[in-house]
Amino acid sequence: MPVPILKQGSILIACIQPGLSDHQLLLLKDKLSGEVERSRAEGVVIDVSAIDVMDSFATRTLRSISQTTRLRGARTVVVGIQPDVAFAMIQLGLTMEDVSTALDLEEAVAMLTAGRVTRRGRD
Amino acid sequence: MTEEDIHVAIDRDVDVVSAREKGRELASRQGFSGTDLTLIATAISEVARNIVVYAGHGELVIGPARKGNRCGITILARDQGPGIPDIDKAMQDGFSTGKSLGLGLPGARRMMDEFEIESAVGAGTTITMRKWVR
Repeated sequence: MPVPILKQGSILIACIQPGLSDHQLLLLKDKLSGEVERSRAEGVVIDVSAIDVMDSFATRTLRSISQTTRLRGARTVVVGIQPDVAFAMIQLGLTMEDVSTALDLEEAVAMLTAGRVTRRGRD
Repeated sequence: MTEEDIHVAIDRDVDVVSAREKGRELASRQGFSGTDLTLIATAISEVARNIVVYAGHGELVIGPARKGNRCGITILARDQGPGIPDIDKAMQDGFSTGKSLGLGLPGARRMMDEFEIESAVGAGTTITMRKWVR
């Protein structure tokens, strides 16, 4: 089952379901990249709170999504990394240093909205 | 390895998901909890993906482990793939011949209590890893 992408204002929201295959994650990456352009989104939120395993492939793909969308003018925030998952990621040596993270959807939307305000302020 | 062992054929990316779900279930029955379950599932994911990426086909055998009165889990990952020419290098953080971060195998070793790897070029790779309930 593909990951649905919702749109709220200028923000795209994707909720990743447990048991997502590598292929589905790569599909999400392509879909998000196209959707950012199509909908002129300024932000992307990826909710991983339902994910119980974040291995090196998943982390690399999320980083790649974040970098790709940034080059296309949108910011990505990864939301809801579970405490056990965060611990396992550290054991693996995985970092998300170049990816913004937030505890929940509300915080992520606030971060992206604040970014928009700042950017407009500079114009 | 006993009759309680679970065999999971690894041929495609979806098998990686299925292997870690079955491993998590068995680990839970063995008495592992919370963080350890996540560590075990993540380590399974890494060794299973290694099979898909480098060997194409292989198998995981996941079963209970016993040592005295200690309970644990044994995960055996084997393939008849190209093998690893330099195991020491493959076990270094950041080393990869594929399109990965090169953190899979060294990461899996850190997440488990025991980790052995045997590999012969042209013959395949066998990884055995164990974790004990604390």
